[in-house]
Amino acid sequence: MPVEAYQPFLLELLLPQLSEGGQAWIRKQLTAEPSDQVFYLAFTGAPRFVGKLPLRVTTKQVAEANRLRTGFNPQNWTADQLARTALLLQALPASPHDLTARLDRLFSTADLGELVALYAALPLLPHPQIHVKRAAEGVRTTMTAVFDAIALRNPYPHDYLSEEAWNQLVLKAVFNARPLHQIYGLEERRNAPLARILFDYAHERWAAGRTLTPEVWRLVGPYLTDDHRADMQRLLRSDNLLEAQAAALALTESNTSWATELLNQHPVARQINEPEVVSWQSIGESAYAS
Amino acid sequence: MLFIDPHVHMTSRTTDDYEAMRNAGVVAVIEPAFWMGQPRTQVGTFQDYYSHLIGFERFRASQFGIKHYCTIGLNSKEANNEALAEEVMELLPLFVYKEGVVGVGEIGYDDQTAAEDKYYRLQLELAKEANLPVQIHTPHRDKKKGTLRSMEVALEHGLEPSMVIVDHNNEETVQDVLDRGFWAAFTIYPHTKMGNERMTEIVKQYGPERIIINSAADWGISDPLAVPKTAQLMLERGISAEAVQLVAYQNALVAFGQSGQMPESDWLTASAIDQSQKFSGNSILRGGQTPKVETDSSIIR
Ligand SMILES: [Zn+2]
Repeated sequence: MPVEAYQPFLLELLLPQLSEGGQAWIRKQLTAEPSDQVFYLAFTGAPRFVGKLPLRVTTKQVAEANRLRTGFNPQNWTADQLARTALLLQALPASPHDLTARLDRLFSTADLGELVALYAALPLLPHPQIHVKRAAEGVRTTMTAVFDAIALRNPYPHDYLSEEAWNQLVLKAVFNARPLHQIYGLEERRNAPLARILFDYAHERWAAGRTLTPEVWRLVGPYLTDDHRADMQRLLRSDNLLEAQAAALALTESNTSWATELLNQHPVARQINEPEVVSWQSIGESAYAS
Repeated sequence: MLFIDPHVHMTSRTTDDYEAMRNAGVVAVIEPAFWMGQPRTQVGTFQDYYSHLIGFERFRASQFGIKHYCTIGLNSKEANNEALAEEVMELLPLFVYKEGVVGVGEIGYDDQTAAEDKYYRLQLELAKEANLPVQIHTPHRDKKKGTLRSMEVALEHGLEPSMVIVDHNNEETVQDVLDRGFWAAFTIYPHTKMGNERMTEIVKQYGPERIIINSAADWGISDPLAVPKTAQLMLERGISAEAVQLVAYQNALVAFGQSGQMPESDWLTASAIDQSQKFSGNSILRGGQTPKVETDSSIIR
């Protein structure tokens, strides 16, 4: 989908949520004679003119966003963020070289709100391959809002990060208690090394008398081996219902000889036969809410 | 009484200063972008300096219950390195609308060279385009002429005098500045600029309207408590509390509040200090120090 195709959707989403002054301002910026000064003033100044309120996004609009760009989801966006994205797309330099120069300038001078807007806009930018390093850099941030912008409800990492960088993203989300179910493409990019690291991490937590989010077990199912039998047994017996449910769900994806045997021994397995009651989504939502 | 110090270079001050300022009633400060005591040689150091003003310094101030704002600009001294000045000018549109930026400053004349004139004018245009207040640094040498020229050029570029704060005034310049409708700011700086006894006399003579006091405390021998101390002296010498409140708080609020970025509610409804907070994962605390965590939000105790 060419970048121009996003703009009508973005504006249709944005304009009704702005004051008259805010609407007039964004229209003026989008039709202004393009110069670096005009663009940079508009991009940085957006919150002053359109405010910073969270957007109201309907289910239909979420679906439309996904149709335009698979995985694109502005559900958690704010008005200034959407305005900045529209401004960015409006004035895109054509060549990869000039685009990189512009992004370098924006990222290197960005404040928190700007970083959030920029990272969340990555999946909409042309020449996706040239932003891979930048995305990995975003994963290394110490600011939660910035991490969330790149890691959650953002299809860019799923589409373009290497396995190593992807695993870093997931692990960092686990460490920082971010909701894994909001990571786009979480299951599609499961892999054996990640499953191994998660088991190691779980052992570390258990040894220290701590727990970890039951969402991690979503990532291990197909990679279970005989070595994991005791761990899964322990999880099924957990006092934490979410943990037991998660273990049961993970076992349904395992082709080890003992998976079915374990499931048959534990009553929790019956719950997971009702996906409308127990699913990875419900486990994730409950785990994050508590 | 609450105070605003609308010109103070906090990056060069210690946490003791922040603590003392807060204890004396300073609730908000404005830090104009200036030079560092020696000329910078790279545009990157300007960029990091501006980022620091809107980033970590803002956070550091908040850790002592003080709201930090800044003005962004290319100072007159460094405008004389034209190659560098060009690059800095390209940077400014990325910073003047950042959160907490309440104006373009401090800009103006130092030696009153052609290069200074060029970048002063370009920045006036930028301020006009962005509809932001301008904070003008007036020269130490040939002050009267430089001050008049600063105002003439601002008018020539179509700026409203009400959007321009002319700084570092003295007895010789105040009348001209007030007559032209500009804000007249005074820097209470030991030995060089203005002492607070003289300042008290100026307010007695000209009244408090459009007069603003500040400390301009920086890396030199200066006093970050100049605003509360001068206010105290004014009260002792019979100036009314209303007048003192204007010159030490309200006028700065009105002048820089025109940016729309400095509502009084920022500090009147400020959350309590929590020094366990972090900026980009970095705290103001060092190993073993105990954070001060307040449970109520009253500012003076
Ligand atoms: Zn200064």
